[in-house]
Amino acid sequence: METKEHKFHQETGFPWKHVIGLLLSLVLTAIAFWLALATHQPPAVVITIIVVLGFGQLLVQLYMFMHFTESDDRAWQVPTIYFALFIAFTVVGGSIWIMSFRSIVS
Amino acid sequence: MNGFANWAVHFFMLDEGPLIWLSDFLIGCATIGIIVALTYFKLWKWLWDNWLTTVDHKKIGIMYLVAAVLMLFRGGTDGLLMRAQLSWPNLHFLNADHYDQIFTTHGTIMILFMAMPAIIGFFNVAVPLQIGCRDVAFPYLNAISFWLFFAAALLFNLSFVVGGSPDGGWTSYPPYVENAFDPGPGENYFLVALQITGIGTIATGVNFLLTILRMRAPGMTMMRLPMFTWSVFITSIIIVFAFPVLTVALALLLIDRDFGSHFFTVTGGGMPMQYINLFWIWGHPEVYIVILPAFGIFSEVVSTFSHKRLFGYSAMVVSMIAIAILSFIVWVHHFFTMGAGPGVNSFFGVSTMAIAIPTGVKIFNWLFTMHKGRVEFTSAMLWAVGFIPNFLIGGLTGVMLAVPPADYQYHNSYFLIAHFHYVLIGGTVFGVFAAIYYWWPKMFGVLLDEKLGRWHFWTFMIGFNICFFPQFFLGFMGMQRRMYTYPAGYGWGIINLISTVGAVLMGVGFLIFVWNVLWSARFGQRDTTGDPWDGRSLEWATTSPAPEYNFAIIPTIKGRDAWWLMKKTGESINGPKGVPFRPIHMPNNSGRPIIMSLFFFIAGAGFIFQWWILAIIGLLGVLVTMAQRSFEYHDHHYIPVEEIEKTEAAAGRL
Ligand code: HEM
Ligand SMILES: [Cu+2]
Repeated sequence: METKEHKFHQETGFPWKHVIGLLLSLVLTAIAFWLALATHQPPAVVITIIVVLGFGQLLVQLYMFMHFTESDDRAWQVPTIYFALFIAFTVVGGSIWIMSFRSIVS
Repeated sequence: MNGFANWAVHFFMLDEGPLIWLSDFLIGCATIGIIVALTYFKLWKWLWDNWLTTVDHKKIGIMYLVAAVLMLFRGGTDGLLMRAQLSWPNLHFLNADHYDQIFTTHGTIMILFMAMPAIIGFFNVAVPLQIGCRDVAFPYLNAISFWLFFAAALLFNLSFVVGGSPDGGWTSYPPYVENAFDPGPGENYFLVALQITGIGTIATGVNFLLTILRMRAPGMTMMRLPMFTWSVFITSIIIVFAFPVLTVALALLLIDRDFGSHFFTVTGGGMPMQYINLFWIWGHPEVYIVILPAFGIFSEVVSTFSHKRLFGYSAMVVSMIAIAILSFIVWVHHFFTMGAGPGVNSFFGVSTMAIAIPTGVKIFNWLFTMHKGRVEFTSAMLWAVGFIPNFLIGGLTGVMLAVPPADYQYHNSYFLIAHFHYVLIGGTVFGVFAAIYYWWPKMFGVLLDEKLGRWHFWTFMIGFNICFFPQFFLGFMGMQRRMYTYPAGYGWGIINLISTVGAVLMGVGFLIFVWNVLWSARFGQRDTTGDPWDGRSLEWATTSPAPEYNFAIIPTIKGRDAWWLMKKTGESINGPKGVPFRPIHMPNNSGRPIIMSLFFFIAGAGFIFQWWILAIIGLLGVLVTMAQRSFEYHDHHYIPVEEIEKTEAAAGRL
């Protein structure tokens, strides 16, 4: 179904990258669960560590599964990444800003 | 045994009275009827080979559309039931519980199982043809998207007769929907069905994003894309960024309900408002997901039937990009009354009003496209022209709602109800009807009747205004949404009665449409040219319906309104004469998407009724079907040159 000659990315050999990525993301998830359920650190510590783990997840996804560095089409990739960052910032920052009303009320 | 019988009676809701019995009876009749008809006419194999296993975007588009029209019927029936109940004070046609269930299924079905498949159906019908390619980027994934939507819709509709419908509104706000207040499978139906169709929708977003980025014919630069394709491109981006938030919100709520966590409960340290926050981070972009493609449709229709190129192409594109970005920073306007403080409310009030600017730009562009054009009022064009004033009313009342102090008055009153029906019906539904009249010949090779089309438009449009305009006043008079009845003496009765009359008229309009479809299938004018409207974009360069491979030779594009240019210069869609055909590479049909979604259905039922064995079986099935796909090497075939020659000769393009 190709209309233009695309450079299709062909994997050769055993997909190590994917296997390692899968293991890493499982481990990162497990640590988060363990922190929340089985340890008794103060919430601020737990949340901070989970945020860091979350960033780790993000990098694993981008590099191991999404072949972030292998695209031949930077013209679209760069703005898309910026837009994604903008959305992530809006959703996270905005939610914190909006939901901090709890402290006003209480 | 007695225990089991009691359970079964309750499970199948036979203790719920005649409405359910009637539905059971009708569903039974329809199912048996379909099975008997398929068997009698020996159509099973035809159905399986041509439709159920297809990966052809044109057929998938048609299936989306059929499903959407069926869902419009179901949702519309819900609506009429609600209007009947509200038509006069103190009626007890429906009791409070049933009323709650019906407004919930109405809203959910209309947005997620009617509007979404309708617009996604037209993505499929038009986009690959408009950009001059042979299918979407991932045809197999496309089939999965459709069947996931279909399984979810089936599951959701089943709630009416099995186990009980959800009753927490289409927004499903906790704490009410937590187990403590709302036990039973109802709300789980909502959560699981949306989750399943959401996966399909994200896949659709990815698919069309890549299709438009990667599959355009040579010379089809981004700034030469037909406006509908542009709108699909922007919509896909919004889908990809907004739907994951819904996935998270629904998953957390389902974990609360199924496994007893406390994300959103009041007791146990949960934060119900956080769900509402997450829901609308998705929810507002969602309303733009269903309106932007309609904008795209109107752009195509207005320019085709004004026989002029679209006025202000770049301005249209820029305003759609602006709308896409703004749509992500306005969500708080749905819960100003949470009381997040003046800073938050003012920011989101102002950002909401800002959306009116790019929207206004687009309205002016359509008007200027018609200005001095040779305007032809076909049915499709009627919907497009009717859209402008109706959507304007919706947009302006939206700006009124965007003023936080005022919204404390309007919020959740019938004023709000009227607002969003003006934008959703006046915008999205009008857009879908415009697209139906416009692309019907491309889909089926036959035109819908114009006279019936006009009747359809006028009854529906007038009925719509009679139904919803009075609701602005009901809102001012203090009538709240989601109340199942009201006392006499507020002066609401007569206004509600008028509104109900309008709703019935809309129902009549829908019936005229159905009649039009049936009548035209039999007696309608056949579209032999493939270009009945003197169209401008590439889909009109193909036969109606287009051949399996769309274009025998991929055309080279020299400008905007590509087909119009070709007609002007007398070029053929197959390029200069004598260019030889080459075998065409096409994806194979596959039964796996429908089987995989069957497993999703089974897993979904497991999560709804907390039958974990069923859930595990379903999920395993999903994994196995996915794994099988990884080992499939022969997933394509070639259409031989002789066959292409035969098809092209029959189309008179040789
Ligand atoms: C100029 C553009 C628009 C503005 C300024 C606007 C503003 C608003 C505001 C402020 C609300 C919340 C009111 C309240 O809950 O008290 C609202 C609700 C709503 N709007 Fe709009 N809107 C606009 C366009 C649209 C469009 C294009 C659609 C869909 C096609 C839409 C669909 C909805 C829906 C479905 C709701 C109600 C959701 C619910 O509570 O169930 N709006 N709008
Ligand atoms: Cu909104």
